[in-house]
Amino acid sequence: MTDNTKINMKLETEVTSKQRFVIKQELIVALAAVGLFAVFSFTLNNFFSAGNLVTLVRNVSVLGMLSLGMAVVVIGRGVDLSLVAMMAVSLTVSIVLANKGYSFPVALLIGLIFVVLVATIMGFLIAYIEIPAIFATLAVSAIIYGLGRGVIADLDVNNIPNDLDWFVFLGRGSILSIPVSIWIFGFTALFVYLFLQKTGLGRFIYALGDNPETARITGIPVRPMIIIQYILSGLMAFLAGMVTAASVASMNMRIINSTVIYDVLLVVILGGIGLSGGRGGVRNVLVGTALIGLLLNAMTIMDISYTTQNLIKSAVLLLALIIDALLNPRDEQTAQQGDI
Amino acid sequence: MTIMRKITMTAISSVMMASSVFAADGLVDQIRKPTFDALNGKTVVFVPMSMSFDLPEGWAAVMQREADKHGYKLDIRDANWSTDTGTRAITQAITEKPDIIIVQNFDVASYARTLKRAQDQGIKVIQVNMGSSYQTDAFVGADWYGIGKHAANRMLEVCGKSKGKSGKIAIVEGPATAAASVYQLNGISETLRGTDDIMIVSSQTADWDQSKARGITQTVIQQHPDLCGIIGFWDVMDAGTGAAILESKKDIYLITSGGGNKTACQGIENNVFSEVVSYDAKGQGRDINSAISILLQSKSLAGDQKFALYSPNKIITKSNLTADSCWDLDKLKETNK
Repeated sequence: MTDNTKINMKLETEVTSKQRFVIKQELIVALAAVGLFAVFSFTLNNFFSAGNLVTLVRNVSVLGMLSLGMAVVVIGRGVDLSLVAMMAVSLTVSIVLANKGYSFPVALLIGLIFVVLVATIMGFLIAYIEIPAIFATLAVSAIIYGLGRGVIADLDVNNIPNDLDWFVFLGRGSILSIPVSIWIFGFTALFVYLFLQKTGLGRFIYALGDNPETARITGIPVRPMIIIQYILSGLMAFLAGMVTAASVASMNMRIINSTVIYDVLLVVILGGIGLSGGRGGVRNVLVGTALIGLLLNAMTIMDISYTTQNLIKSAVLLLALIIDALLNPRDEQTAQQGDI
Repeated sequence: MTIMRKITMTAISSVMMASSVFAADGLVDQIRKPTFDALNGKTVVFVPMSMSFDLPEGWAAVMQREADKHGYKLDIRDANWSTDTGTRAITQAITEKPDIIIVQNFDVASYARTLKRAQDQGIKVIQVNMGSSYQTDAFVGADWYGIGKHAANRMLEVCGKSKGKSGKIAIVEGPATAAASVYQLNGISETLRGTDDIMIVSSQTADWDQSKARGITQTVIQQHPDLCGIIGFWDVMDAGTGAAILESKKDIYLITSGGGNKTACQGIENNVFSEVVSYDAKGQGRDINSAISILLQSKSLAGDQKFALYSPNKIITKSNLTADSCWDLDKLKETNK
């Protein structure tokens, strides 16, 4: 056996063990989801009906879109806590402008430019000034929330102008009896999948998440890539915001104070995208979103109180983490890097 | 004869009028000066849940006008959707010894001890719309229990089995411990007790959030395709409830309540709501001004008297909707400038 083949074999075993790690966590969650699905189908009336399943997916499509954005950043070894603020404030910008007389497409475009601008600044802070992502995004989140509440709008709920039927269609309409918001979620998932798996840029994100130093030595433009990551997650936030605004004909900035950003993180981590970067993909987001969606839907059907719902949600998540920890004990690598 | 009589009558009445003018000239309104003096230079601190929605914005606009007129200071400390920030704001205010503290509680428990402390320090406390379990000098706001009773009765009327309907209704609540939820639920369950005309198939909290309200409503309609009515606890949140109903294309009666800002009337117009019980935040602003005025004039100490000014309800439906059914926050703020 030559040295070369030895090295190759070693590399291969490393790759397979890494793959197994990913599949394991994803599999646990997928099994949990399937198990719950089976239980609910037998125990809850009307749970297993086309109508209810469509409602189930639609109610988590915004969460799913935000999680896709978060996934891209986490794979690149970052984290974006500004997602929800971006979503709420950018759409508020658009709605406020529309109410001041701008045509809605123009107003949306300005909201979009706002997102890209903020994301670029945020990415720059992280990539070039080297502020840890968790602090930079948290700070930016607070700043744009402040801007939203103090400068952009007086109220935290802003209604879209009347007679915007084409826009409301995004949130309330259906194509082939499937709600448009599910279509949008589906296409974004496909887009992110193709981007991550089939494009050079996507592969770069994995490379820099796996090991930034090696990525840099290999010649990947690491810093610009980091900025692109945050722009992508910002765009996801904007899209999720459009669907939200279209479905309730308004945008509520109070959502920034809610636990949505933690739900997003949970979907991502639960789905099996390690916070240490370089692992996971769209499939993990879909699995994580499915589990959360199932829980929310079933608990609403069972008419469980809000507090108990939170308790159950947290307990299931904790259980998943415990099982994961038992099956995937901490190894040297995670010990060195830590989980964030 | 008749002409003579007429002349005499005219003469008499003109003499009487002249004398009354003389009297008015000399008579001074005795209570005006002491009242104005009692208000002038005082300080009122207002701690709303958040200065970012129609109710506190409306109250503040009406309060500010009166404060400017009478020369007392209105100081607004925004709790910004956090009981912690609110408690800190009240605690800070207590150390500054204002004459009155006005609070809008998030729930019936969080501020209770802090409000008691304020009163112990001799500061009079007014609670607005959302009360605490601790009674202070004054409460100004919606009669939640009454609104709950009204909504339940409407459901009996519109959805009752005896009326040939399914009798199934759902409730979309605010946070479980908020006064609006607690007392309204009380009113609903007491009205419906002992009748099987109406069945509550779901009672979930949407936490004052439209998106949550929409998600819950979609699931409930899916689960109970023959749902007949929904009682929502706040019009701003129930924009989401109504969106889900419109989307389902079903005929579901949605009754909700709110401060009667123009968005409520728009909701009625666009068929998002079937009925809105407005407690008229603009009118509540005037009631708060009255409470401030009474407490500042009264010689009694903080905590001596406890009174409530419940807001009259205004029922808005499509059939009675007029241009002035609702007030307009932007215009209200405009008139203050």
